[in-house]
Amino acid sequence: MSTILTGGCCDTPSAPLIPLGDKGPGGRSGEIRTVALIGPPNSGKSTLFNRLTRLRQKVGNYPGVTVEQRVGLLAGAKHPIRIIDLPGVYSLTPYSDDERVAVNVLSGKMDGLPRPDAILLVLDVTHLSRHLVLAAPVIALGLPTLVLLNMADVFKRGGGSLDVLKLAGELGAPVAMVSATHETGLEVVDRFLNQDQNPSPSALLPVLQDLGQYRKWAGQVGGRVDYQPHLPSKWSRRLDDIVLHRVWGPLIFILVVGAVFQTVFGLGQPMSAAFQDLLTRVGQQAAPFIHNDLLRSLLLDGLWKGVSSVLVFLPQILLLFLFIGLLEDSGYLARAALIADRTMRSVGLNGKAFIPLLSAYACAVPAIMATRTIENKRDRIATILVAPFMTCSARLPIYTLLIAAFIPERPVIGVFLGSRACAMLSLYVLGFLAAIATAKLLKSSVLKSAANPFVLELPAYRWPTWNSIGLRLLDRGRVFLRQAGTIILAVSLLIWVLTNLPLHNGHVPQLEQSVIAHLGHAIEPVIRPLGFNWKIGIGLLTSVIAREVIVGTLGTIYGTDPATHALTLQNALRQDLTFAGAMALLVFFAFAMQCTSTLAIVRRETNSWKWPAIQFAYMTCVAYFAAFAVNQILSALTH
Amino acid sequence: MRSLLIMTIRESVDVRLTELELGEGGTVDRIALPADEAHFLMRIGFVPGAEVRFSRRAPLGDPSVYSVDGTEIALRAETARHIMVQREIVQSGTVQDNAVEPGMVGRNGHSSRRGVS
Repeated sequence: MSTILTGGCCDTPSAPLIPLGDKGPGGRSGEIRTVALIGPPNSGKSTLFNRLTRLRQKVGNYPGVTVEQRVGLLAGAKHPIRIIDLPGVYSLTPYSDDERVAVNVLSGKMDGLPRPDAILLVLDVTHLSRHLVLAAPVIALGLPTLVLLNMADVFKRGGGSLDVLKLAGELGAPVAMVSATHETGLEVVDRFLNQDQNPSPSALLPVLQDLGQYRKWAGQVGGRVDYQPHLPSKWSRRLDDIVLHRVWGPLIFILVVGAVFQTVFGLGQPMSAAFQDLLTRVGQQAAPFIHNDLLRSLLLDGLWKGVSSVLVFLPQILLLFLFIGLLEDSGYLARAALIADRTMRSVGLNGKAFIPLLSAYACAVPAIMATRTIENKRDRIATILVAPFMTCSARLPIYTLLIAAFIPERPVIGVFLGSRACAMLSLYVLGFLAAIATAKLLKSSVLKSAANPFVLELPAYRWPTWNSIGLRLLDRGRVFLRQAGTIILAVSLLIWVLTNLPLHNGHVPQLEQSVIAHLGHAIEPVIRPLGFNWKIGIGLLTSVIAREVIVGTLGTIYGTDPATHALTLQNALRQDLTFAGAMALLVFFAFAMQCTSTLAIVRRETNSWKWPAIQFAYMTCVAYFAAFAVNQILSALTH
Repeated sequence: MRSLLIMTIRESVDVRLTELELGEGGTVDRIALPADEAHFLMRIGFVPGAEVRFSRRAPLGDPSVYSVDGTEIALRAETARHIMVQREIVQSGTVQDNAVEPGMVGRNGHSSRRGVS
């Protein structure tokens, strides 16, 4: 891939850094310390950001809005250079949150961020006439700007061409052809950023009022720089003839979705189980080295267990993101959204919500992280709020336990479907129905979509690159561990303290004498109408960390109780719970928001405590009243 | 040598984007929506003057895919019906060399198969 860099700025890459002192307030030197990365959506900006920073980045949120803030450090720079990755925007007219953030950052009005010293403008060269619209207002800001024409590989392969020198002349800024996915041409960025002075743009660009005029200007510039659009590869179109075929399209869709689902379950589940075993064994290995009983209990039963309960999600999350990454980078994800849109619309969501909701069957955490592809903020929040109703894998341990204990195996449809499988299936359907009903409720009230219509860009098919998917997996994994990890650590610690207080002569109390048992007794009057006793109450309290924790807690409670310690957990439960109470407990777990990781991720993705709080309250209420109804009706029927 | 001559004429009357037949093209004239929504559509390429083609329907009938500015963009009918376009009428025929057969294509659009008002 050839790199053309023009504009007369980067001829002396190794020139010494001379502080100029005349640039900007406070005698700032000419060297670049902060650079903003801006470009339209789908211009490959994020890939470029990951490449330039090598993931040395901090992810947060801009104050007050659900716009993600990514700030990274340029890898391999002579002095630290901060890169701010701005949200993808088509223009600088502040119509959306994204655009307002971009304008504020570029003009130095964003709290906590200095005004950038330079701009990297990323444009997709295969859509130059549309993307140039952004170039005019960005370059007109007067900051040193490097224009990166991304996707140069696709462009050249498709026979596209343009005169880069002429374009640089038109824009008054250096222009370079690059490919972020293949990492070609990127050395110009280092040269641009590491030299002592960068001239401000030299051309006078039009400041126009409306997009139509900008579009016309972009078209004229395209003509003057001999822009020859590339021919979109024929096979992309031909592939779409099959993939979006009236009959084959939906069939392929179901096949792909089924394969992903099957792999995540078939592979992810045992991987998670094996990982759990490994983590438990690590804990056991470490146990003899900690001599103080209380400290050992704190470190192992409290912290390590809490950390493990987050870590066990990792294999599934990474596996899911691997597939979502493959689907997204290849271009199929957009096609899937197109096919699913008709169906999703009937519940008030859009096609882009389909894959996230499907992922929620494995785990709500990656599902909620995957909703970032939904640009419409209200649709995105609605999807985030309904995702935890999908039957995630953390519900399976308690489901299997209760079904095995209370539902005798009988054939329902011959040999194909037994009563136990039938019960499991009903729970899946129940969660799904709750999600749909909630979506409808939200979309017809508080989250009614205004303004932004549903648009979906169908990118040309591409081969995904391992490098780009690997970087994304690393990034997602880190975000999950940091966000969920910190909150879950705090909650685990709290629960451990409640389980181990008050001390009796310096010894930890029996579970029945602990604070958490008192809490269990305290909430008994509230949960008695659901058919639950105080032991289940403790389980409900501890499982706020994660749903599967209840199984361990119940095991401990019944194991230490002299009346039941000789029995298996199944038998103990059968003695202690009524059939109606057990069914109510299943229904409770189908609806309740017993997952701190999910709450932490929702808080992160929506940038407020409001949504996770509403979600927790709503789901707990639904769970409570549904369990209440189930217990009352079944008790009346069985008596 | 025989070559294919394709000539396009634009109808002067606006139709809704949803009224285009599969494969038909047109030129965006205006977006009959409030400024916010119109702006949103303009940013992704539906600016007045842009060439747009109805390239594909989703397997379940809706949304439809339009090719605008070399990009394939799917819109629901509920959105596309507010985008007003001037339908383009394609006339094609086989001619000798590069000579245009007189009377084959009406320059003013009178030979349009749809009739221009």
